[in-house]
Amino acid sequence: MAKIGGDSLNSWHGHSELKRVPEGVWMRCDGCSATLFRKQVDQNDKVCPECNHHFPVTAVERINQLLDQDTYEDWFSNLQPADPLQFDDRRPYPERVKAEQERTGLNEAALVGQGFIKGIRIVFGITDSNFIMGSMGSVVGEKLTRAVEAATRQKLPLVIVSGSGGGARMHEGIFSLMQMAKISTALGRYRREGGLFISVLTHPTMGGVAASFASLGDIIVAEPKALVGFAGPRVIEQTVRVQLPQGFQTSEFLLEHGFIDRIVHRRDLRSMIAQLIDYAMP
Amino acid sequence: MPSFSEQRLPFEAPIYEMELRLGEMETQYAKNRAVGDTSKIGEQIRRLRRELAALKREIYSQLDSWQTVQVSRHQQRPQTRDYLDLVFEQFLELHGDRAIGDDKAIVTGLAHLDDMKVMFIGHQKGKNLAERTACHFGCAHPEGYRKALLKMRFAAKFGLPIISFIDTPGAYPGISAEERGQAAIIAESLMEMSQIRTPIVCVVIGEGGSGGALGIGIGDRLGMLEHTYYSVISPEGCASILWKGSEHAPKAAAALKFTSRDLLRFGITDEIIPEPSGGAHRDHREAASNLKSFLLRNLRELKGVPLDDLVDRRYEKYRKIGAFVESIAAAELLDEPQLNGKAETMV
Repeated sequence: MAKIGGDSLNSWHGHSELKRVPEGVWMRCDGCSATLFRKQVDQNDKVCPECNHHFPVTAVERINQLLDQDTYEDWFSNLQPADPLQFDDRRPYPERVKAEQERTGLNEAALVGQGFIKGIRIVFGITDSNFIMGSMGSVVGEKLTRAVEAATRQKLPLVIVSGSGGGARMHEGIFSLMQMAKISTALGRYRREGGLFISVLTHPTMGGVAASFASLGDIIVAEPKALVGFAGPRVIEQTVRVQLPQGFQTSEFLLEHGFIDRIVHRRDLRSMIAQLIDYAMP
Repeated sequence: MPSFSEQRLPFEAPIYEMELRLGEMETQYAKNRAVGDTSKIGEQIRRLRRELAALKREIYSQLDSWQTVQVSRHQQRPQTRDYLDLVFEQFLELHGDRAIGDDKAIVTGLAHLDDMKVMFIGHQKGKNLAERTACHFGCAHPEGYRKALLKMRFAAKFGLPIISFIDTPGAYPGISAEERGQAAIIAESLMEMSQIRTPIVCVVIGEGGSGGALGIGIGDRLGMLEHTYYSVISPEGCASILWKGSEHAPKAAAALKFTSRDLLRFGITDEIIPEPSGGAHRDHREAASNLKSFLLRNLRELKGVPLDDLVDRRYEKYRKIGAFVESIAAAELLDEPQLNGKAETMV
């Protein structure tokens, strides 16, 4: 397994230079419209101190929030998307990928690796909704499958944080759809072998991602007010031609209907995961 | 002969024209025969029949992606319940999902296939408006997938192979479907089908619409009838997202490369099951007969495989799917001191 750079995320190529346009000192909350001091939001795990609105975080920020400092070891970052369909909508797919790589500093929409959470070793995966809407193509499918297999072999707990508005990625066609099957198959074996899988749903988790690994956790938790569902709200509205109910397809909606175990505030996520793993450990 | 209630696809116009001409000639032939004149016209009819067969072959051998979608959705195309009559015997339908209700978009039950006893699962779209409405046009709700899972568990328990027919535009996108966990049940289906200890043979008989198709589509063999498609997203859905309008569906269909031939080339489908000349809608019996030989051959092959091997091979079947580039990582090279000098050039 490839170990990238040193032990620290800061020395890990690419990700230390996440290209983010510096925005102003102040920002407006999408939840309550309050004007917030950006630094204060950043220090609060990117949660609005006024209304608890959870702003999106990047995969790298999430790793820093969840895992013990400098324990994350990135795997398989040498996997690059191919273009099996030679897909060209208004822009050739390889160009789109390249632009996304440059914009986000990520190779692909998923990072997988291992790390420690409160001293417990885990296999960790995350999809970043920033990269082609966090959609799953062959690379995301392959990385997550290898992570599941590593967790199976090494008998380690598995934590995957999902953030994908795009579901299965259209640009790789049937290959993307089949990644749902591939990961679910690997998770089936992991479950059979007695592995513990904690799935963390974040805003947004839709389509093929929701309909595969994200829904297959032994424990499933979600951040507040995340959009989680199979069909997109717009598609549903067009099909049934009625106004969707308030709060439809949110974490709270899923909790109400019995499809997740808990809603967890971002600041509690790390200790909650550690606690859950502790219960499942011998 | 076509009647006016039948759906006519635009690219089939030359076929219908020729059929009309042939019909007129045959009528004339019958009239002439009544008065004892059977000369030239009989020869003309025979020639026209040969030309018609050639025309069907020609048109159907080069359908483009969008035409394939149209054929796969053809209203006279045989559906699951037609094949249940034509391919199987003694179908014994089992309805219950033990939770919500009976989803008519997925039909499940026990059946005989020649000398073999099987569990059957399949999408049903419906033939007329009433049926189509009841079946939600083949778009299943969570209860449909739950019903299918229960029947598959039964099959595994009693050693029956599973046959699954896929024919759906996609899983139902609706409020109640989301309330009952559409994403969760499809995910559970994928995982459970991957582990089930009995042979599973899947066939796309019409539309293979994304997660809704895959939800009953994990198996040891995947066949596709010749004029079908299997896609990550409907061409209309893809067009409205990427081309900003569903009227661009033909463009999206071409870009998505999802016909049986594409999927055979990609190694996703194992086999293309030939359709009668001019499509399955022209001859249900011949389509059924081809389908039956495919099923029998594959089930006989799978029956001899020990269950542990079967599940391991199924794992490998899905494990190897993916198109990506695996370069030698720079950091990996840096970890090896002897390669330090070359690392830069090898990235």
